[in-house]
Amino acid sequence: MRIEARLFATLRTGRGKVVEAELAEGATVQDLADALAIPPAEIAILLVGGRDARLDRPLSDGDVVSIFPPVGGG
Amino acid sequence: MFGYNGKILRVDLTKRTVKVEALDEAKAKKYIGGRGFGTKMMMDEVDPGVDALSPANKLMIVTGPLTGTATPTGGRYMAVTKSPLTGTIASSNSGGYFGAELKFAGWDAVIFEGKASGPVYINIIDDKVEILDAGKLWGKVLSETTDALEAVHGDKARILAIGPAGERLSLLAAIMNDRWRAAGRSGVGAVMGSKNLKAVVVKGSGKVAVADEAALKEAFALCMKKIKENGVTGTGLPTYGTAVLVNIINENGVFPTNNFQEAVFAKAEDISGETLAEKYLKKKDPCFRCPIACGRYCEVDDIKGGGPEYETIWAFGADCGVSSLKDIIKANHWCNEYGIDTISAGATLAAAMELYQKGLVKKEEFGDGPELKFGNAASIVEWTKRMGMGTGFGAKLAKGSYRLCDSYGVPELSMTVKKQELPAYDPRGIMGHGVQYATSNRGGCHVRGYMISPEILGLPEKLDRLELAGKPQWAKIFQDFTAAIDSVGLCLFTSFAMGADDYAALYNAVCGTKITGAEFITSGERIWNLEKQYNLAAGIGPDQDTLPPRLLKEPVPAGPSKGHVHPLDKLLPEYYSLRGWDAKGVPTKAKLAELGVD
Repeated sequence: MRIEARLFATLRTGRGKVVEAELAEGATVQDLADALAIPPAEIAILLVGGRDARLDRPLSDGDVVSIFPPVGGG
Repeated sequence: MFGYNGKILRVDLTKRTVKVEALDEAKAKKYIGGRGFGTKMMMDEVDPGVDALSPANKLMIVTGPLTGTATPTGGRYMAVTKSPLTGTIASSNSGGYFGAELKFAGWDAVIFEGKASGPVYINIIDDKVEILDAGKLWGKVLSETTDALEAVHGDKARILAIGPAGERLSLLAAIMNDRWRAAGRSGVGAVMGSKNLKAVVVKGSGKVAVADEAALKEAFALCMKKIKENGVTGTGLPTYGTAVLVNIINENGVFPTNNFQEAVFAKAEDISGETLAEKYLKKKDPCFRCPIACGRYCEVDDIKGGGPEYETIWAFGADCGVSSLKDIIKANHWCNEYGIDTISAGATLAAAMELYQKGLVKKEEFGDGPELKFGNAASIVEWTKRMGMGTGFGAKLAKGSYRLCDSYGVPELSMTVKKQELPAYDPRGIMGHGVQYATSNRGGCHVRGYMISPEILGLPEKLDRLELAGKPQWAKIFQDFTAAIDSVGLCLFTSFAMGADDYAALYNAVCGTKITGAEFITSGERIWNLEKQYNLAAGIGPDQDTLPPRLLKEPVPAGPSKGHVHPLDKLLPEYYSLRGWDAKGVPTKAKLAELGVD
C-alpha cells in the first residue's frame, strides 16, 4: 500500500519534505518510521490524517502521516 | 529588600512632576509583581469605569521580582492599564532589555498619570528623572525615534516608545521597546499616546539584590538543564523560532484561514518556519538572559529587523489567504515601525477581506489602495502602513476588527473575544483552548493559558485535542500558572520545560521567601480573580465569556477538524464551578475571601 509521509523541521534533513512509501499490508507507523530511519526518540508529534496516533497504529492505503520532532510553541 | 527594588516612580504628566514612592512590600509579594501587582495597583487607583483614553486612566510599566536577575529569561516587564480595545484590564508583556534596565536603574515600576500638554518623553538615569520635550519625535516611526534618542542618550540607553499608531490612538497600537519587541496587545500603545508620552529612555547602573546567591545558582543550574534538555526550548525554538508552529497547526487542521472560514491553508509550507529559516533568517535575536533565543532577525529586500513570529505569519498569511512570506515580513516590519499589534492588525485585515468578499465593503472605499482581497499579498503591506497612519480606509482598520465589522452591521464576522482579535488557533478543533479563549480576562488571547501545549505539542502530557473531559480543569490550571509566571518577570516559554516548583525555587532564592510551587500557582489564581473583579467593575460581564458565533455554530468545512464546532456551553459551567464561581460566572465572596482578593 502507498503511504504519504510528511516530514518537518530537522526530520527533513537527508529525507526530504514528502516521502511516498510503499509498505506491505498490515504495516504500522513504526514500520514507516523504520523505513525512513527515524528513531522513536526523534518523534514528538505523530499524526495520521491530522489526528494523534501512536507508533503501533496500523496504516491503510492512502494514509497521510505527519511526523514532527520536538519543536516549538508560539 | 531582595528581588524588589522597593521603589516606584510616579510621573504626573499633567503637572510634569515626578515622585518617588516606597513599594508596599506585602502587597507586591501577595500579587508577585508585573501583571498581578500592576492589576492590584490599577484596582486601588483607577476606577474600572474610566474612559481608557482619558487622562484619568493610568499606564503602569511594571517589572517582576525576577526581572533583571540571573534567572533564565529574567527580563520581562508588563504594561498594565485599562484597555481601550476591550474595556478590560490590559496587561501586555514584553521582553528585550528594557525591563531589566529599569530594574538596574532602581525601579520596580513606573506609573504614568494624567496627560502632558504636548509630546514628551521621560529620561531615567538611575534615580535622576527628567520629563523632556518630544515635539521633534512625534510622528516618527520606531527606528527613527530610537535612532534619534540614541543619538542624544547613547546606544547603551534602553528605549521604549510608541509609533504613529499609538500617537493616533489606534486601538491596535502596541508599546514597543528595543526597536521591535512589543507589549503588543489590547491597545496599550494608544493609552500611552493619549497621554502625549512618546518614549521612555532608561539607563541603570545598579544590581538587583539577591537573598541567597548560592540557592539561586543551584536553582538556575537546574532550570537551565531542563530548558536545554527539553526538545521545545532546547532545540525547536532556538532552531526555527515560533514559526515552526505553522506546519504543526496546519497539519492538525486548526490553522485559521481566510478569517476563520477554513482551518487548513493549502500553502502553509510557503510561510512555514522551515521556509523562513531557509530563505530569510539572518540570525537569532535573543532577549535579556535568554537561553532559548526564539527571536528571529530577518532581511528581505531593503527591510531588516526582528520577527516575524508565528502569530504574525498566521495573521498576515493564512488568515488573509496570503502565501508570500516576503510580504508577511514586510507587513511585520511596518507593524514594528508604526507600533501596531501584529495579531490584531493581520486579523483585522482578514475581517476587512471577508467584508469585501461579501460585498459589504465596496471597492471605492479602498481609494487608490490595493483591493483587500483574500490572497492579495501587496494589500497586506500597503494597508498595514495606512492603518499605521490612519489614512483613508486605514482609519477604520485602526479601530480593530470588531468595530470595523460592527460599522457594517455584521459584528459576527469579527473573530474576536471581548473585541480583541483571536490568535492563530481554531478552537473548533482544540477544545480546551476554546475554553481559555472565551474566559480570557483580556479578550482573545493565546498566552493567558496556552492549551496548545498539552493539546497539540504534548507538554507536559498529550491530551486528545477533540476530547472534552478534563479540559476546563486544564484550562484553569494553565491560566493560574501563567498569571504567576507573567507576574514574576520570566518568559512564559520557560514553562515548556519548567514546573511550578522551579519557579518557586528561583523566586525564593532571589526574594528570600519560602513559597511552594502550589502557593505559586495559588498566587496566579488570586491574580486571575482580581482581574475578573476589575473586569466586572468595568462592566465586562460573563456574557462576554464567549466565542464568535462562527466558531460556535459553523462546522469546520474540511481537513482533520472537519465537522466540529466549539461546544462552549458544555464546558463553561464546569469551568466556573472549578473556579469556585457562581453559575453565572461571577467569583463568589467565599472564593475571594479564601484567596484574599481585596
